Amino acid sequence: MSSPSPVPIPAESPSASGSVDLSAILREARVTEALEQLDRELVGLVPVKTRLREIAAFLAVEKARSGLGLASGAPSLHMSFTGNPGTGKTTVALRMAEILHRLGFVRKGHLIAVTRDDLVGQYIGHTAPKTKEVLKRAMGGVLFIDEAYYLYRPENERDYGQEAIEILLQVMENQRDDLVVILAGYKERMDTFFRSNPGFSSRIAHHIDFPDYSSAELGSIADGMLERMQYRFDAQAAAAFGEYIERRQRLPHFANARSIRNALDRARLRQASRLCAVPGSVDALALSTITEQDIRASRVFSEENNRSD
Amino acid sequence: MMTNIGARLTQGQFSFLPDLTDVQITAQLNYALQQGWAIGIEYTDDPHPRNTYWDMYGNPMFDLKDPAGILKEINECRKTFPRHYIRVTAFDATRGWETPRMSYLVNRPAVEPGFALVREEREGRSIRYTIRSYAADKPEGERY
Repeated sequence: MSSPSPVPIPAESPSASGSVDLSAILREARVTEALEQLDRELVGLVPVKTRLREIAAFLAVEKARSGLGLASGAPSLHMSFTGNPGTGKTTVALRMAEILHRLGFVRKGHLIAVTRDDLVGQYIGHTAPKTKEVLKRAMGGVLFIDEAYYLYRPENERDYGQEAIEILLQVMENQRDDLVVILAGYKERMDTFFRSNPGFSSRIAHHIDFPDYSSAELGSIADGMLERMQYRFDAQAAAAFGEYIERRQRLPHFANARSIRNALDRARLRQASRLCAVPGSVDALALSTITEQDIRASRVFSEENNRSD
Repeated sequence: MMTNIGARLTQGQFSFLPDLTDVQITAQLNYALQQGWAIGIEYTDDPHPRNTYWDMYGNPMFDLKDPAGILKEINECRKTFPRHYIRVTAFDATRGWETPRMSYLVNRPAVEPGFALVREEREGRSIRYTIRSYAADKPEGERY
C-alpha cells in the first residue's frame, strides 16, 4: 500500500496537522465507480449495498488516517455473507474483492471460491497441506468459502474439518494484511456454525445478510438476463412470466435469481424446439422472441403441488 | 590462496551480493509470479556445485497470485532447516524453455567452511584436480 510519508502530529491537536478529501480518495481509487456499477447491475439488495458503502467509507477513512499518521491498525475485513441461495452472495464477493483492491487493502484483488471439498482432506495428514495450498492461492486476494458450515461436523468428532478451521483461524488472525476471508451460507446454519465456533464470529467484523428478492425485483432480474442474452419477451410472455415468478416462489427449492436463470434457459429450450418443429425459414425477430406458450409449458403451471421446474 | 574470501557459497543469482532481505525476496517472487513461473523451495547440506538435485520443501507452487504465501513457506523451511542451504527456483513450463529460469539462495549456514582443492596423481606425473566441500566430510545432517 503506497501512502504519503506520515505527517508528524502535535500531540494536543491532531486535527491541525493537515486535511484530507475523503471523496477524493474514493474517486481516485475508482471505488465510487465500482459502487455505482454495483448499483446498476445488481437489482435490489438495498441493505447489502448500504453496508458495502459503509465499509468503503470506513476503508477510505482508515486510508486517510494512515496518510495523516494517525493510529490505524489494519482493520479486520473478514466478512460473512448469509442469505438464501441465488441472492447474489458470490457476485457481491467478487465486487468486494475489487473494491478492497482499489482501496489497497488487498494487493491483487482476485477471488478464490472454495467449498469444504477444497479445504478438507480425506485421510489423516491430508487436510493441512490442502488448506494451506488454498490459502496460498488466495494470498493477496479474497478467499470465498461457500457453505462454510460444512467445515464443522459436530456429529463426528474425528472429522478433519476441525483441522481446516484451526488453520483458517490462525491465518485470519496472523495474516490479516495478506488476505480477506468471506464465509457464505444459509442464515440459520451459519448462525449455528458461529455459535459452535466462537473463534470465527469474533474474527469476523462484518456480518451481511442478503434478503430474498421480491417478485418485482425478480422480474427486472429476468429482464436484465434476457437483454444480455439478446432475447425478448413478447407482451403476453412478459405477463405469463410474472405469473410464473409468483407461482415458482411458493414452490420448494426456490433459489431466487438462479431459479429465474434456469427458467429462462428452459424457455429458450422450448422456443428452440418450437421453431425447429415448423418448416420454413425464420427471421431474427422470431429467433430472439420468447412467446407465451414457451413459458406456459412449464410444469409450474400444470400442477399445483409439483416439485421444481 | 583464497579467491572466495569468507568462503561464501556463490551459486545461482545474486550470490555475490549480500543476502537478500525478505522485501527483496518478495520483489523477486513477484517478478517470477508475473511471468507465470512455478516456484519451488529446495534445501540441501551438500553444496558441491555439481549437486544439482536438492530436496524439495513441500510441493512446487502453481497458480499463485501473491508472494505472501511463498514467503511464509520459505520462513517455515528456514525454521525447519536453519543450517542448510535453501534456494528458490522458478520453473518456466513454456514449450521450448521447460527449465528453471530463476534460482537463488535464501538461506545459508552461519559458518561456511568452503571447499578443498583435491589433487589426484595420475600416470606420467599428470595431476587431476577436483574440489570437495569440507562440510561434506561429515555425515548428512551433521554438516553445519
